[in-house]
Amino acid sequence: MIEFISSWGLPAGLETLIIILVKIIAILVPLLIAVAYYTFAERKILNYFHCRVGPLHVGPRGWLTPIADAIKMMFKEIIIPSGANRTLFLLSPILAFGPAIAAWAVIPFDAELYLADTNAALLYVLALTSFSVYGIILAGWASNSKYPFLGAMRSAAQVVSYELAMGFALVGVIMAAHSLNLREIVNAQQGGFWMWFWLPLLPLFVIYFISGLAETNRPPFDLAEGESEIVAGYQVEYSGFGFGLFFMAEYANMILISMLTALMFLGGWLSPFEGIPNLEEWFAWVPGTVWLLLKTAFFMLLFLWVRATFPRYRYDQLMRLGWKILIPITIAWLIILGGAIVAGLGPWFD
Amino acid sequence: MNTLGRFIKSLFLLELLRGMRLTGRYLIGKKITIIYPDEKTPQSNRFRGQHALRRYPNGEERCIACKLCEAVCPALAITIESEEREDGSRRTTRYDIDLTKCIFCGFCEESCPVDSIVETRNFEYHGEKRGDLLMTKEKLLALGDKYEQEIAADRAEDAAFR
Repeated sequence: MIEFISSWGLPAGLETLIIILVKIIAILVPLLIAVAYYTFAERKILNYFHCRVGPLHVGPRGWLTPIADAIKMMFKEIIIPSGANRTLFLLSPILAFGPAIAAWAVIPFDAELYLADTNAALLYVLALTSFSVYGIILAGWASNSKYPFLGAMRSAAQVVSYELAMGFALVGVIMAAHSLNLREIVNAQQGGFWMWFWLPLLPLFVIYFISGLAETNRPPFDLAEGESEIVAGYQVEYSGFGFGLFFMAEYANMILISMLTALMFLGGWLSPFEGIPNLEEWFAWVPGTVWLLLKTAFFMLLFLWVRATFPRYRYDQLMRLGWKILIPITIAWLIILGGAIVAGLGPWFD
Repeated sequence: MNTLGRFIKSLFLLELLRGMRLTGRYLIGKKITIIYPDEKTPQSNRFRGQHALRRYPNGEERCIACKLCEAVCPALAITIESEEREDGSRRTTRYDIDLTKCIFCGFCEESCPVDSIVETRNFEYHGEKRGDLLMTKEKLLALGDKYEQEIAADRAEDAAFR
């Protein structure tokens, strides 16, 4: 592909721009398809948890359901409440969706397959995942209505609290990998299943995933949209594609968190059979991207599994969990981790 | 000790993991959905669906206008008017069941001394305009003629238990 574009003989700057644009499309299109089919997978898998079979009738075995949903969403009327702040009301879905997509710029899909090889990739991702809460807060504010406002307030407090635990969990990853670059973080995990960071950073791994659930406003932390309490929270006044954008942002964020967890704690594109005789050779032909996608799919399933299992947290329990349990545990583990690194504890830190 | 045990259970997410194991079993377990218009649940021969009025094999209507069903109907859904026919027997001139009032308790069927008013197995019916669900004598007799075989078979099957 790149050779094909270089053969056009364009000026160097333009050529780079086109190559980058092609790469962006190559990431975005599969991502949007994944988002659409993740909503379908969610409906199907939640149904399976309930011993039901889920959507069956649009297309073969229901496989066109997300397409029908998307088309319906696009042609629905966008209603702007008369008391709403028009500009902010229209801007906030974009503010929610933009960061969820932009964060994918630094994700490496394989050792040599990435859009941007940034040194501060982890900071960039952390910044963008927390940036998407502005979309939610602004949506609640601009709607000028009580339930969205309550939802936005809850969401703001929740994301700020869990951002801390998430940040601390990432500090552990940075300490263990000596780098902020996602590619180097994965490379630091080489050496097989037991060398991946999930084991030496086990509490941080669990806490990162729990904070990820909270960051994306997923059950059991979906207080921002708790149906039984505040209808649908910040999305109450949104219809049509405004709502669609929030919806897609949520699912894109879920996939992003799953992929980041896979990259930082489950060795990204590294084969799980590394270092095991026979198995390693048998699976050597599998491209790294496949391993990464399988690991991501596991966490995506876990998102749904958690949703199917746990009831929603009460607000004060949510705050207690974030501030009194997750943050102390992360800090304690950072100290232990620091000691382990200084002492050169094998086999991970020698 | 109890406090410590609870602390360990919650800190290491033990109970949450047990919950997830349980739901996980349902994830891979058997699905019990009946895909309704294509598949249907088995029905009892005592199923209480839409009503019908039966006739004797010689074509005479069974109903003798005793009005027991009208009296027993808890929802007051049945309206009966009767008069003497030319041959001297008592017959209904009007037999209405308002299906929008009916609660399908089956009392009318139980109370009927001549097995005239019955409830068929049919539950898939609808009305498209007002009055469609007000069953008149003609409509009920027509339903009785239509489902007679099924009704008779169901009554025969149930006879041993009465």
